[in-house]
Amino acid sequence: MKGPVGAGWCDSTRAALAALALTLSACGGDAPSLLEPASEAARLVERLWWLLFWISAVVVVVVAGFIAAATLRPPAAAEEVDRRMVPWGEPFVVVAGLVVSGLVLAGTFVVSVIDLNALGSPPGEPQLEIEVVARTWWWEVRYPNGAVTANEIHVPVGVPVEVALPTGDVIHSFWVPQLQVKKDHVPGVVNRLWLQADEPGRYRGQCAEYCGLQHANMVFYVVADPPDDFQAWVIEQAARAAEPTGPGAQRGRDVFLGSSCVSCHTIRGTPARGELGPDLTHLASREKIAAGLFPLLARTCATSSTTRRTTSSA
Amino acid sequence: MTAIPEGDWRAEVKERLEAIWGEAPGLGSWIATADHKRIGMRYLYTAMAFFALGGLQALLMRTQLADARLELLDPETYNQLFSMHGITMMFLFAMPALSGFGNYFVPLMIGARDMAFPRLNAFGYWTLLAAGIFLYSSFLVGNAPNDGWFNYVPLANREFTPGINIDFYVLGLIFLGISSTGGAINFIVTILKLRAPGMTLIRIPIFVWGELAMALQIIFALPALSLAAVLLFLDRTFGFNFYDAAAGGDPLLWQHLFWIFGHPEVYIVALPGFGIASAIIPTWVRRPMIGYTYIVIGELAVALVGFGVWVHHMFAVGLPNITYSFIALASFMVAIPSAIQVFAWLATLVAGRPRLATPLLFVLGFIIIFVVGGVTGVMFASVPFDQATTDSYFVVAHLHYVLVGSAVFPIFGALYHWGPKMTGRLLDARLGKVSFWLMFVGFNVAFFPQHTLGLLGMPRRVYTYEAGLGWESHNLASTIGAYLLGLGILVTLVNWYWSKARGVPAGDDPWLGETLEWYSTSPPAHYNFTTIPTVRAREPMWDQLELRGGAQPPEEGGRTLTGGHLTLSTSLLDGRPQAVVHMPQASPWPFILSLTLMAFFYALLLQVWVVAVVAVLASAAAVAGWFWPRGQTQET
Ligand code: HEM
Repeated sequence: MKGPVGAGWCDSTRAALAALALTLSACGGDAPSLLEPASEAARLVERLWWLLFWISAVVVVVVAGFIAAATLRPPAAAEEVDRRMVPWGEPFVVVAGLVVSGLVLAGTFVVSVIDLNALGSPPGEPQLEIEVVARTWWWEVRYPNGAVTANEIHVPVGVPVEVALPTGDVIHSFWVPQLQVKKDHVPGVVNRLWLQADEPGRYRGQCAEYCGLQHANMVFYVVADPPDDFQAWVIEQAARAAEPTGPGAQRGRDVFLGSSCVSCHTIRGTPARGELGPDLTHLASREKIAAGLFPLLARTCATSSTTRRTTSSA
Repeated sequence: MTAIPEGDWRAEVKERLEAIWGEAPGLGSWIATADHKRIGMRYLYTAMAFFALGGLQALLMRTQLADARLELLDPETYNQLFSMHGITMMFLFAMPALSGFGNYFVPLMIGARDMAFPRLNAFGYWTLLAAGIFLYSSFLVGNAPNDGWFNYVPLANREFTPGINIDFYVLGLIFLGISSTGGAINFIVTILKLRAPGMTLIRIPIFVWGELAMALQIIFALPALSLAAVLLFLDRTFGFNFYDAAAGGDPLLWQHLFWIFGHPEVYIVALPGFGIASAIIPTWVRRPMIGYTYIVIGELAVALVGFGVWVHHMFAVGLPNITYSFIALASFMVAIPSAIQVFAWLATLVAGRPRLATPLLFVLGFIIIFVVGGVTGVMFASVPFDQATTDSYFVVAHLHYVLVGSAVFPIFGALYHWGPKMTGRLLDARLGKVSFWLMFVGFNVAFFPQHTLGLLGMPRRVYTYEAGLGWESHNLASTIGAYLLGLGILVTLVNWYWSKARGVPAGDDPWLGETLEWYSTSPPAHYNFTTIPTVRAREPMWDQLELRGGAQPPEEGGRTLTGGHLTLSTSLLDGRPQAVVHMPQASPWPFILSLTLMAFFYALLLQVWVVAVVAVLASAAAVAGWFWPRGQTQET
């Protein structure tokens, strides 16, 4: 068993939830594919990939061609030894291995450095700074206005957003293939990354640096909303939990506050102030729980709407 | 092979050499032997046993990943398996197997009677075995290393991995480092000082150059790993803070130290494989290698530039772009010497007339697989692409193309090429071809789809994955391919064990090879050669017909050295004879020393300091026993 105190509890919950997952597994999105970019940065990576791919394909075909040509010749007799010099031999090795390879590599290097610099700076001033704290094995998301959520990062569409990447424990890596290249959360430093989604949508992200037992299940989503929707969402998320109204909801509150849940979770506006687990204030507004493992509500599967929100309290 | 007439001088020489070099059968000699061939065989068999273990671990993992959300392995088990698989394949399979061939064939190919330090050689083997047992004993207590072969901190600190798992890793690697360092020193001295007279630098077989380049890299790379491990041991055991950011340490220090070792490690595994390819090709295309000088310079250049690229394993940790640009430049550059070697192989293949026997098939398979791994390697030198795909399955595909390409395929080719020399019997040719095709097809089916998985966003080191992301079919293909590959490997192993006892007798030089290993008998006598030859060509067995009889006569420069346990030492550059060297006799002390060291490492693991102190004293006693003068004079 590894991880900080309390991880054991998370494990068993995860295990129980994992069993559930089998039954729910029919839902889930498509692959978070690098080849279906949804941002300028990801398109740059995709273009670079195709460049590298075609260069590589030519190299592999040339090499295979040589091998095929060699094997098509009639084999030598076992005792024969051909000691004749081959005049083209060494020049060929130098030209192909050093000159041609060197030129291709140099060209690729130049393209890479240009692209690297392009990725370094966003197309404009970032409009918003979000803090994503990586924790064993979930993501805490903090907004400047005090809104705190987990594993679901809402951003306004079409504008650059800066993401600060601290870690709460070990090294993790922030990776949303369709939006940006990845960057690690490293203890002692705060790395930064910018995101800018072209279109409203949900983009799958996952921890890419091995971080222990449940590294495989450390998923999150970036949800790009139209600016107005985003504004409304972030204000609402900053609010405290509403007082439960119906008897069922009241009983829910009592069970929650009366159990050990509160030692790990916070619900703003109640005495629950635990800090080990995700903030649950607006849990019901999220589409998935448990670091992307499960849809929160069965009906979530049916809807692909990206901006649908359920307003509710915990 | 000409039969030796009765009363021939050769018979007499052989008899005297046998009396001097021969080893009695029995347990005592089995433990004490310092014969490089027996030790080389042990390295090989041990490496193959670990290969089988690492392969079984891989198949378990692939079975777990055959479909989404399977529950064959729990996450803790998967994590221990992938960690031990990486550690096993790198440290307990690839390095020992390549050292094994080196141990066996370097003295034969340079015309020496043994390695320069035969007891150190024995010690290297016993230490490898002890360290391997040490690492694997972690499974017995259910606590195998579980943070990957790269073992990043702070995850591997006591705080996040409190169990004994990482202590096994840290101590096991320090222990193994002793073995590899001793072995590397031995290769360097042997190759530089014990070559047959006349074997100038430019007549050294390319395989031997490959082993030399590997040994030089080990000497310079391993200290970084050992240091990293010692620091982590101090952090974990005594609460030091080298890697603890909160206390002013730096977790990235581990990554730097690990990869300063770790990237050269890739070449340590690849260079001898390249050498094997360059040893097999000329024999099977019936002409000398084209571009010898370029290949040798290429190998040494890889060994050197390989030290300048480690940060390309850290392109996502957030170092400055200017640093990344320099490292990218070095990473692009390191591709050039490899490209030179590939084109030299291709030129030789095209200029020659290949006989498509099993050894050559494996080399052709190696070239194709390695080139695919090479071009994806160049992709990673391109920083933005690396940042997009690092730690995804694209990397798993790449690293297996490189490592399986440059280690497994050449090693299997070498089993068919050199096996007859080692056992005296030919392997079955038909089984060989079956094995090759199963392995080649299986390998590509297993690992090619993983490129796609990486592009589809699947991270590596995951014990399971979500359904519905389009990852299932590629994973299933990969698993099926892994089983085919495993089957192909099994065919060769069966072939080996069957042929060793029942194969067709090979004769001394079944393939009419070009280098001096074919000058010995199959299997070689304890003393390797009746006469230490004088070399006058780069391909002596092709150009010096007097070698064909297995004993170059004294008139032609052959030296019998029957006056004791002797071999010849020559000058570094041009192989002029300099001295006759007394070789040490067999000794049980290396074995005993590795046992006392093993006790020492277990004592550190369990933190029983008294035992550790006793083990150190016992080790000192063993070293004294090893070097105790026995009235031999050292003629120099
Ligand atoms: C027999 C065929 C092999 C199969 C089916 C296989 C399969 C695998 C699998 C499933 C993983 C885990 C990937 C992950 O979870 O990220 C892995 C990792 C690895 N393999 Fe292999 N492998 C094979 C041979 C080899 C060989 C021959 C080598 C080296 C010479 C090797 C070196 C590694 C390394 C270094 C890792 C990374 C471990 C880590 O991330 O800590 N493998 N392999």
